[in-house]
Amino acid sequence: MAVEQPMPTAPGDQTRIHNIGYRNYDGPRLGRSYATRSLYSQSLRGAYGLGRSIKSKVLPMLLFVVMCVPAAIMVAVAVATKAKDLPVDYTRYAIIMQAVISLYVASQAPQSVSRDLRFKTVPLYFSRPIETADYVRAKFAALASALFILTAAPLIVLYVGALLAKLDFADQTKGFGQGLVSVALLSLLFAGIGLVIASVTPRRGFGIAAVIAVLTISYGAVSTLQAIADAQGSSSAVPWIGLFSPVTLIDGVQSAFLGASSAFPGAVGPTHAEGVVYVLVVLGLIAAAYGLLLRRYKKVGL
Amino acid sequence: MYDPTVARLTYRALLGRRRALILGALPLLLIVISVIVRALVGADDQTAADLLGSLALATMVPIIGVIAGTGAIGPEIDDGSVVYLLSKPIKRPTIIFTKLIVAIAVTMVFSALPTLIAGFVLNGNGQQIAVAYTVAALVSSIAYAALFLLLGTVSRHAVVFGLVYALVWEALFGSLVPGARTLSVQQWSLAVAHKVAGGDLVTSDVGLTTATVFLVAVTVLATWYAGQKLRSLTLAGEE
Repeated sequence: MAVEQPMPTAPGDQTRIHNIGYRNYDGPRLGRSYATRSLYSQSLRGAYGLGRSIKSKVLPMLLFVVMCVPAAIMVAVAVATKAKDLPVDYTRYAIIMQAVISLYVASQAPQSVSRDLRFKTVPLYFSRPIETADYVRAKFAALASALFILTAAPLIVLYVGALLAKLDFADQTKGFGQGLVSVALLSLLFAGIGLVIASVTPRRGFGIAAVIAVLTISYGAVSTLQAIADAQGSSSAVPWIGLFSPVTLIDGVQSAFLGASSAFPGAVGPTHAEGVVYVLVVLGLIAAAYGLLLRRYKKVGL
Repeated sequence: MYDPTVARLTYRALLGRRRALILGALPLLLIVISVIVRALVGADDQTAADLLGSLALATMVPIIGVIAGTGAIGPEIDDGSVVYLLSKPIKRPTIIFTKLIVAIAVTMVFSALPTLIAGFVLNGNGQQIAVAYTVAALVSSIAYAALFLLLGTVSRHAVVFGLVYALVWEALFGSLVPGARTLSVQQWSLAVAHKVAGGDLVTSDVGLTTATVFLVAVTVLATWYAGQKLRSLTLAGEE
């Protein structure tokens, strides 16, 4: 075409722009909410090792199985012995298995956020249409959902088993509903605490140790102090001590409002008035975790 | 067998800003709790033994052991900077041995020392309880550090597996299945503590001979195998 013809150009003016056929993207733009949803589903899959290497699947799947097997055994026992009731309340199950839940949070919260920090992929996320709040919401929701799956699955096993064993339907459904509310609160609280701690460090191993230290040591310290306060006859102090660890917080909320029998020493849970404080502290901690995460990601790696 | 430069580097990696923070926070919490308990209860031998047994020996020592043991080598392997260390003319077992010494020292300082202080705060070393649990913490520091250092060379998920051992195996299975207690660093160190205290307050499920044999065997074997592992270390890509 035009290239063939000798152009009457002045000497030294050889610059020319060739159109080599690059095209603009004119397909649909999926936008911010789509990107957030993708981040959410990727993080949720990642929390169970789906879409990652075999080695990364081992631990979350193992913990999931460890969570469910005792429930299956309990159901089997209840069916075999024709018991009138399940050996363990729906609300009690998560408290008994708190070590497994803590380990799951500790292993998955850092893998969800620490690696993004370490490999400096966070700025890449923010070069997409998503904003800080979207990233935080997606990660928070993903970990909370993963935890909810982990804690609700054994309850479903218990519930289905209870119905198969022809236990009282209304009673079981009520207990199951209360259990679900309690593990939903637990998932939000644990996910918040785990993510806040993990988002501070780019080192995965260190994040794991820090999360487990906060969850386990606080529980160990609080239950020791509660046992001592109970043995000393000052059982009115027991509920107030319980405010200082995540596991006992959930225990207090559910024994005040969700008809659970408390795991506190002396089996005296908080009263309704104290229970309100528990609920406020739990909700406050969840909100604080969200706020801290927002603040943490205001400027990161840029 | 001991290389001062490797030791210095390991100390700096272990006691870097944030690690030192969490390593220091745990012992501080233990001492604060013992002060509170002393104020609430007064000097009581049973309470002191319970508190030191459940909080110090069963929770704090393993967690500090995991942080120090895996932290001595794990991050270096993780980010690949271990090749610079391995390319130096130092024997691999020497590297492991040096790192083990450092990990043991850190675990002891951050777990045994606070245990001793907490014991004296709780009941002024009545019935030798403070000393007994300090000895247990010292002994288990060695075994935990060796064990978790080995885990650090074997797996990229060393911290998690270390915690699974410490929390699920020793605490959960240990309380449900009596047989699991025979294979528990905590019980071995309690056997040694029992010998020191002599009374009924500190008890263990394993005999002193078994415990000593297991402790020595685990420490030596773990260190030896970690050295072997480091000799043939391949750096895997990030998963």
